[in-house]
Amino acid sequence: MSAPTDLSPAPAVVPAPGTLGLLDALEAESIHIIREVVAEFERPAMLFSGGKDSVVMLHLAAKAFWPGKIPFPVLHVDTGHNFPEVLDFRDRTVARLGLKLVVGSVQEYIDRGELQERVDGTRNPLQTVPLLDTIAANKFDAVFGGGRRDEDKARAKERILSLRDEFGQWDPRNQRPELWNLYNGRHTVGQHVRAFPISNWTELDIWRYIEREGIELPSIYYAHERDVFQRDGMWRAVGEVSLPREGEDVVVRTVRYRTVGDMSCTGAVLSDAFTVADVVREVAASTLTERGATRADDRISEAAMEDRKKDGYF
Amino acid sequence: MTAEATLAQPTLEQGTLFRFATAGSVDDGKSTLVGRLLHDSKAILADQLDAVARTSEARGFGGEKGGLDLALLTDGLRAEREQGITIDVAYRYFATDRRTFILADCPGHVQYTKNTVTGASTADAVVLLIDARKGVLEQTRRHLSVAALLRVPHVVVAVNKIDLVDFSEPVFSSISADVARVAADLGLREAVAVPVSALDGDNVVDRSGRTPWYAGPTLLELLEGLPSTDELDDAQEAFRFPVQTVIRPQGALAPGLSDDEFRDYRAYAGQVTEGIVRVGDRVSVVTPGQSARETTVVAIDLAGRLLEEAAAPLSVALRLADEFDVARGDTIAAAGTLPESTADLYGSLCWLSTKPLREGAKVLVKHGTSTVRALVRSVTGKLDLDTFEVTPASGLELNDIGEAQLRLAAPLPLEPYAAHRRTGAFLVIDPQDGATLAAGMVRQHPGDTEDERYWI
Repeated sequence: MSAPTDLSPAPAVVPAPGTLGLLDALEAESIHIIREVVAEFERPAMLFSGGKDSVVMLHLAAKAFWPGKIPFPVLHVDTGHNFPEVLDFRDRTVARLGLKLVVGSVQEYIDRGELQERVDGTRNPLQTVPLLDTIAANKFDAVFGGGRRDEDKARAKERILSLRDEFGQWDPRNQRPELWNLYNGRHTVGQHVRAFPISNWTELDIWRYIEREGIELPSIYYAHERDVFQRDGMWRAVGEVSLPREGEDVVVRTVRYRTVGDMSCTGAVLSDAFTVADVVREVAASTLTERGATRADDRISEAAMEDRKKDGYF
Repeated sequence: MTAEATLAQPTLEQGTLFRFATAGSVDDGKSTLVGRLLHDSKAILADQLDAVARTSEARGFGGEKGGLDLALLTDGLRAEREQGITIDVAYRYFATDRRTFILADCPGHVQYTKNTVTGASTADAVVLLIDARKGVLEQTRRHLSVAALLRVPHVVVAVNKIDLVDFSEPVFSSISADVARVAADLGLREAVAVPVSALDGDNVVDRSGRTPWYAGPTLLELLEGLPSTDELDDAQEAFRFPVQTVIRPQGALAPGLSDDEFRDYRAYAGQVTEGIVRVGDRVSVVTPGQSARETTVVAIDLAGRLLEEAAAPLSVALRLADEFDVARGDTIAAAGTLPESTADLYGSLCWLSTKPLREGAKVLVKHGTSTVRALVRSVTGKLDLDTFEVTPASGLELNDIGEAQLRLAAPLPLEPYAAHRRTGAFLVIDPQDGATLAAGMVRQHPGDTEDERYWI
């Protein structure tokens, strides 16, 4: 008896003329989302930390409105523990593009006694209050974030346009269905919308795009020599807020950062990737996820990101 | 323009993008299949696998023998783990040398229509699971019906747990024949069946030695070879371009560009939703309620690159020969191809809200880049997903699929979804709280455009 579905083996993929490559398709989707949000909202803003995802997102915004200027301000929540190289890069980029930068400062909240330093010294979870206050004070109704769905299982379930209630909270059980490329950004007074235009990009897509477009990044994304010590199986930079404890020996290693966050909880990886092409090769061959390799705060629990997001985190 | 005037055909860097959605009934092994696809295509990294191994062991998976519970790879939020349910569509990513896949993982049991409609709306293919021991069930027919309604280009049926029927060819043949019959009833373009065991990996990524009678491709080979929506449609469909925004940078030029050069720059930004546009093409600018104006495309800009042509789904900015007043909500289309705009909307609705639809309701309709107010004049029927027959109805409840007639406050350039998967789609939105109430698909009205019941 012959097989009922008489199938020849899968044909070789011969893209039709005009078929978009992966990066062009992702870019087109992101630009469409950015333009929709700018067209439909009164006061959008874009989160910009100087990290690679937000740098790519800002690059896409520049392309979306070329030859016009990016028509909204950028917003950064400064933990006070940022890498100086990254803050410097942030400021140069904002100046180069002629943008307005709005900063929410975790340090100021701590100084005023409105936030308390955590015992573990990590300031990532402390960003939520300054973020929500800055959004409210500036009456931003849409905030672009560089979150990607491949980063984390909570993000895998978030919409491209994600509604936040009056308290900035995300309700995963009550999300709007997102159909075709029709985005529903309607919201009531006090609510705002987070927009994630690079939801569908993976870490490798980001790096290939950085390579293709020749996008500049903070230097710490590339291999460099640094004084580091080991903690929890991760290489940590020696710095004001990240000092070795007894028994943690300081050594010089050639490292780079796969993610760039708060110095107190972001680890470096040993790497010989000195150029963007090296990094693309390294990421393609990597056997660890970027957050698993470099974020102490996401190791706290299986649901660390989910909890932060529900409270209004990025 | 500063850009070199060479063209710029987008290149193929890393293969193409392919989107698919999964659908299935309870306990048919969908989570395991998705986990198997991710695992065997090497999309799972060591730290994720460690976590799965730890949890598998803690829960005693596989008994004495042990093993990995691949379903854990798609385990979602804590609330879901605690309640043992899946809340919502989750998106997952994996790649082969030929393609990058975006997988919309749609839970089967809770609100299956809502989730399947959401996942299917953007999918190039739906992978539908059938338990080889159970065959085609009512829910299988419902999923196929949703795929047909949303015009998903390809349906792939994974006949799972083939190991539990001793790799029986007659069982597979009989299920394949049943599927083919239902698919034909529904007018589905195709429904290809593959015998798989998600648990053991047979014919998922690697060919199985245990189904020697099966000569077809594995599930992944199939997904690598199917043409995507844009690959299928570009050649056939006429150019459509809903204008998102007008780019006129006077006074707000990006730093580094010359004022002299861009003083009179004016372009219309948007995404090519269907077809292809080339420099020199004649196009119609359609403003609903006005007669269409014809002009010529003089340039296609992609952030400083001058393109000679742009195909769906590229996001570009078009410059036109004539200085028309063009705004968001207008559509630029291949000259003379867009039908006249209308304020009478007849469509299929997948009702996605717990708030039921009643005749006389005032709603918003979002279509392309326009949102207009609308009155629900009548609900003309409800689709029985088991018999595929339309039965009389005067309202719709959550997960119902029905047909309704709406009167729009302003005309829209509506086209039937059956021929235009993108420009025939719309959302129904609650004007009070902004919730998305329904996924809508424009239909040709079967008779007169005036609905008789409205006048009674």
